[in-house]
Amino acid sequence: MYQYSIKQLSDALQTKQVSSVELTQYFLTRMKNLDLQVNSFITQTPELALQMAAQADEALAAGSAHPLTGIPMAHKDIFCTDGVRTSCGSKMLDNFVAPYDAHVVTQFKNCHMPILGKTNMDEFAMGSSSESSYYGPTKNPWDLNAVPGGSSGGSAAAVAAGLVPFTTGTDTGGSIRQPAAFCGISGIKPTYGAVSRFGMISYASSFDQGGPMAMSAQDCAWLLNAMVGFDQRDSTSMQLAPTDYTAQLDKSLKGLKVGVPAEYFGEGLDPQVAASVKQAIAEIEKLGAEVVEVSLPNQKLAVVAYYVLAPAEASSNLSRYDGVRFGYRCDAPNNLNDLYTRSRAEGFGGEVKRRIMVGAYALSAGYYDAYYLKAQKVRRLVRDDFSRAFESCDVILGPVAPTVAFNIGEKTDDPVSMYLADLYTIPVNLAGLPAMSIPAGFVNQRPVGLHLIGPYFSEAKLLNVAHQYQQVTNWHQQRPEWVGDK
Amino acid sequence: MSLELAEVKKIAHLAAIAVEPEELEALGAKLSNILDLFAQLSQADTQGVEPMAHPLDQTQRLREDLVAEVDQRDKFQAIAPATENGLYLVPKVIE
Repeated sequence: MYQYSIKQLSDALQTKQVSSVELTQYFLTRMKNLDLQVNSFITQTPELALQMAAQADEALAAGSAHPLTGIPMAHKDIFCTDGVRTSCGSKMLDNFVAPYDAHVVTQFKNCHMPILGKTNMDEFAMGSSSESSYYGPTKNPWDLNAVPGGSSGGSAAAVAAGLVPFTTGTDTGGSIRQPAAFCGISGIKPTYGAVSRFGMISYASSFDQGGPMAMSAQDCAWLLNAMVGFDQRDSTSMQLAPTDYTAQLDKSLKGLKVGVPAEYFGEGLDPQVAASVKQAIAEIEKLGAEVVEVSLPNQKLAVVAYYVLAPAEASSNLSRYDGVRFGYRCDAPNNLNDLYTRSRAEGFGGEVKRRIMVGAYALSAGYYDAYYLKAQKVRRLVRDDFSRAFESCDVILGPVAPTVAFNIGEKTDDPVSMYLADLYTIPVNLAGLPAMSIPAGFVNQRPVGLHLIGPYFSEAKLLNVAHQYQQVTNWHQQRPEWVGDK
Repeated sequence: MSLELAEVKKIAHLAAIAVEPEELEALGAKLSNILDLFAQLSQADTQGVEPMAHPLDQTQRLREDLVAEVDQRDKFQAIAPATENGLYLVPKVIE
């Protein structure tokens, strides 16, 4: 059953072939048996899941259920869940039991979807490997020596290992797409403002965006239907007309213009990854799309601009963790300043501390213009590159990451090399565009992702292209052998 | 660019993060590498380019000036490290 799509699970539940309690029990058993190797969960909530499954069965019996009712799921531990620990992968929030639900959590609760637990992640979503979690690194189910990518690595690994049909993730600089690529699953980052950030622990507020991570584009479309929507509690939430993201899935790709930026296939890209991505683009061409060359000349500076702007926003957002109102407090502080500085020194991990410091520096007197303001200008150049490119194409295709998943420990001592792993994903976040990653082959038995980027609010089009590709390929259906029926 | 130890201390102070003296050098080296990356920004020609703070250039939405929240002080304080009579307790700062 772990290989069923969301649609198949929904049909099985609606026609009473299986109850939500049975389905939930099935995934809880898989989680119990397999997660010791993967470490994709920080907190498992079997009692809550079974209680919610029983309520889902009542809704199904009453005949008024939502298509997603009864399907088990898990949330990235960045989403606040009322009454359940929400750690954000940090010692700082190890004792934090959220007193309310994030908007996204409420949306899925309203559909009666049992919550199996909270997934592992890089601390405060800062990372590209899921190694910086206070709860230990998550392993890539395709190769337990490899990272699953980050920061939503726990969410990606849990789906890839078939522990849960889908999870939520967040993407600030590529944190849905890069782990989706490394773990061979499908994940979409919607347009900035499409999914409410209320109750999603902030890292860099002008970049952060939640989205679904699942086995296929079709599954993502079903889930996006429940996630997207206006929320007055998020001041950046967009007021959009309701969209059915499944409606365009079957549309033909005939006449679609696909942009391929020359800059995406330059130095630094692994040649075998390049070959897989080009093969995928050729498949999409065979489906009737026309390939056009586009140029994104300012891409290279996007990474630099991001690593000024995101830490600057983080240094402000993370100032709330001072040991006073909630979270970790150091032992026997000498005075108030000692309480602040030592709680933060002991509660945060190395990468988080580095980014807060870099952010504080970039915003400080004397450096604001040279770093922060300059980076904001580069941000506009990057956005304008995309706007020009979309004058001649409907969708941009390319790689998600320059390599397949790297080994655990390989980049931990070199933050800059880790930052460059986000080379292709970061520009999308600077611009606030929607983008997704879908499986497109393997290199050395590790998955490769195909990156699809669209204009603002073109999620339905991206899902259409991805679904059509997934109709003629089976990369998205493959699973690591060892996770078979357990 | 190589940061002096005094600068590393200043940055840690700005960030309100305590750093042990023996950590300063290693931290300085990592921060210096990151700041070297930042130096590449000077290559960009941004003459006449407006800074971009919001991806969609949106301004803040306004709402009616009405009370929308309910009092949840007890619930929120239940997760605090230390409280008394509805107040958060912190170490003494005035002798």
